[in-house]
Amino acid sequence: MKRTTFALALALAAGFSGGVQAQAKEQFVPANFYWVGPYAPGGSGFGGGLIDYMAMINERDGGINGVKLTWEKCETEYNNARGVECYERAKNKGPTGATVIHPLSTGITYSLIDKATADHIPIISMGYGRASAADGRVFPYVFPLITTYWSQASSMVNFLGQRAGGMDKLKGKKIVLLYHDSAYGKEPIPILTDLSKDFGYELTTIAVPHPGNEQQAQWLQIRQLRPDWVILWGWGVMNPTAIKAAARIGYPREKMVGVWWSGAEEDVIPAGSAAKGYISAGFNLPGSNFPVMKDIQKYVYAKGKGEFDDKSRFGSIYHTRGVVAGIVTTEAIRNAQAHFGKKGKPITGEEMQWGIEHLNIDDKRLKELGAVGLMPPTKVSCFDHEGSGLVKYQQWDGSKWKPITDWIEPDRKLVRAKVEADAAQYAKEKGITPRDCPKGG
Amino acid sequence: MLYREAGQFKSTYAEDQQIFPIRQDRIALALLLIVAFVVVPIFANEYWLSAILTPLLILSLAALGLNILTGYAGQLSLGTAAFMAVGAFMAYNFVLRLPWLGIIPSFILAGLCAALVGIVFGLPSLRIKGFYLAVATLAAQFFVLWAIQRVGWFTNHSPTGVITAQAVEIFGYEFESPSAKYLLTLAIVAAMALLAKNLIRSETGRAFMAVRDMDVAASVIGIPMMKTKLLAFAISSFYCGVAGALYAYTYLGTVEPEAFTLDLSFRILFMIIIGGVGSILGSFLGAAFITLLPIFLNRLFGLVSHALDMDISHAIVSNIELMIFGGLIIFFLIVEPHGLARLWQITKEKLRLWPFPH
Repeated sequence: MKRTTFALALALAAGFSGGVQAQAKEQFVPANFYWVGPYAPGGSGFGGGLIDYMAMINERDGGINGVKLTWEKCETEYNNARGVECYERAKNKGPTGATVIHPLSTGITYSLIDKATADHIPIISMGYGRASAADGRVFPYVFPLITTYWSQASSMVNFLGQRAGGMDKLKGKKIVLLYHDSAYGKEPIPILTDLSKDFGYELTTIAVPHPGNEQQAQWLQIRQLRPDWVILWGWGVMNPTAIKAAARIGYPREKMVGVWWSGAEEDVIPAGSAAKGYISAGFNLPGSNFPVMKDIQKYVYAKGKGEFDDKSRFGSIYHTRGVVAGIVTTEAIRNAQAHFGKKGKPITGEEMQWGIEHLNIDDKRLKELGAVGLMPPTKVSCFDHEGSGLVKYQQWDGSKWKPITDWIEPDRKLVRAKVEADAAQYAKEKGITPRDCPKGG
Repeated sequence: MLYREAGQFKSTYAEDQQIFPIRQDRIALALLLIVAFVVVPIFANEYWLSAILTPLLILSLAALGLNILTGYAGQLSLGTAAFMAVGAFMAYNFVLRLPWLGIIPSFILAGLCAALVGIVFGLPSLRIKGFYLAVATLAAQFFVLWAIQRVGWFTNHSPTGVITAQAVEIFGYEFESPSAKYLLTLAIVAAMALLAKNLIRSETGRAFMAVRDMDVAASVIGIPMMKTKLLAFAISSFYCGVAGALYAYTYLGTVEPEAFTLDLSFRILFMIIIGGVGSILGSFLGAAFITLLPIFLNRLFGLVSHALDMDISHAIVSNIELMIFGGLIIFFLIVEPHGLARLWQITKEKLRLWPFPH
């Protein structure tokens, strides 16, 4: 009895004091994602992409100017409390602490905004999180990179206008927003409501409670409404359920547009043939033929490493999205190393903040990275923490996603005005004085 | 040998009625409080304070609230998270709209709002019992979240329904650092736990227990059913409401209504089942078990796989952790169906005889 108690106490002490001392020439990037639960396909896919890309950089280039990238996985279960715990655990690891954090959950992003700003650790919430954080004057340490939910909602209306044959044709059309009943799902409502006044379409919002595997009542309502378009703002198991429900009531899938968290292989394959013709947005393209993906294949997977046991997930949407996250992360590190004269040395969170804020991935750089077409060109500034705002649309042909449009612009003026208004309200509530941004930057 | 009350004589009624009649218990508690209030803030790092201890205290408080209702008054409830949500969102509104009020009065008012909601949803308890009552309290869970999500006033018309807690300031001192927030939480939780302990020893507490054990008999001996049951709901919801306010203000800082789902209600119910139904200590032990064990397992697995340099897929590890967690819950419930608090009590009884068990 006594011996077991002692062993238990030892194990307890070991478990809580865990952690291995890191060496100096390393840059630590936490991998706080989720591999279990209803949203595991998103978490493991995105996390796998980010880790695969960093592993490839280590193998191919020996790190960033000789600084090896390191990471440690922490299971957040898509749960805010666990996400905060993982963040606190990770933030002092590595020689300079956590470089940057990808929360991969709108809820966790919200929970970390205050903490990470105080700790000077940048948050990259790429394609999720708080849309108004695009105002870098109020949110210096938060980067909703590439596009925010609000840009996406606005670009979606532009896309629907394009499909209808002109923005004026939207007048009198009925659009239904079928959304995940959470902070994430409610993000687009203000933008879509404002635009409905401008373009004269009729917007109906229908909520689906978490996790979304029960949608009969909602689709009954859609059947009665007979909308011209259904915008699907879903996540996880809600997506295939919605597509199957649409098929059951005979609603054409060509008239359904999903958000980018409703537009991965994992969302349509479970729906089977019902998903054929379904359209979704995206800020990255799937595929394993990009040079960068080939490098990952060559330097990581060919050596028997890599994050996926199921090799068919290689090059899927979530995987390449994680690779895009890897690209922006490593490019920002490179930026900061060059600017602060720390080539070959690890950088701190504050230096990383500068690195992300001065990120400029243009077409030329994309070509060097082997990622032309994988992501839109992105230029971040102190004023604008989004950097691009472009969205592409793709259609599922029954076996793969096919892009059907070029990059579509959002209504920048409207989105920016909303962003600034919301950021200003946040600043007022929290008593923050927005910082000044240098002209043109 | 050490833990024996021989020679400790009580010569006044007050001494006879104190919470901890045995001197060793008082010393142990004093030491625990010194450790919690002085040693921990000095030595614990930020991770321990803000990611482990603060949420642990807050969830213990919520479990304590539920234990008053379920463990002592015998009314099963699944609305705990909803009452916490009321506390969190009302505290936000009081601080926002009546800023001159100060944080602590805002927390108290938020707790009172939760108590009111608790009374309303406790009304069915006058007619129904047991599992049926649990189903009725589910209504609170769904209605409260629905109201917060749909009525813009609660969230100050935030487009996403997310609120950001304001700075916590008392008499000009801003509780900003993790240790300050921890101390504030600890002070509130300790004070409320003391109140709960005394409540249980009072006439009200005895009335609660009489209702729990047999409500017909209780009403025969003159305990007013309506008053007692609704009071239990009110007090329990007050505790949960304050816990919710702390959850927003000293722990997460930013909360969305989805943080207070049925899932959280269940977790708090499991806390009191594992910790011990009808025990103040059990609320703390149960909260520690449910919140710390998954994190501990996660870290232990990370360490083991690192030490052995094993290349196992993380998805498998994460799932194994969940399975072990479930297995341990079953193990502890088989070993001691009355919870960890009962185990502690048995240990104490054995200690009194040790080392001469005759």
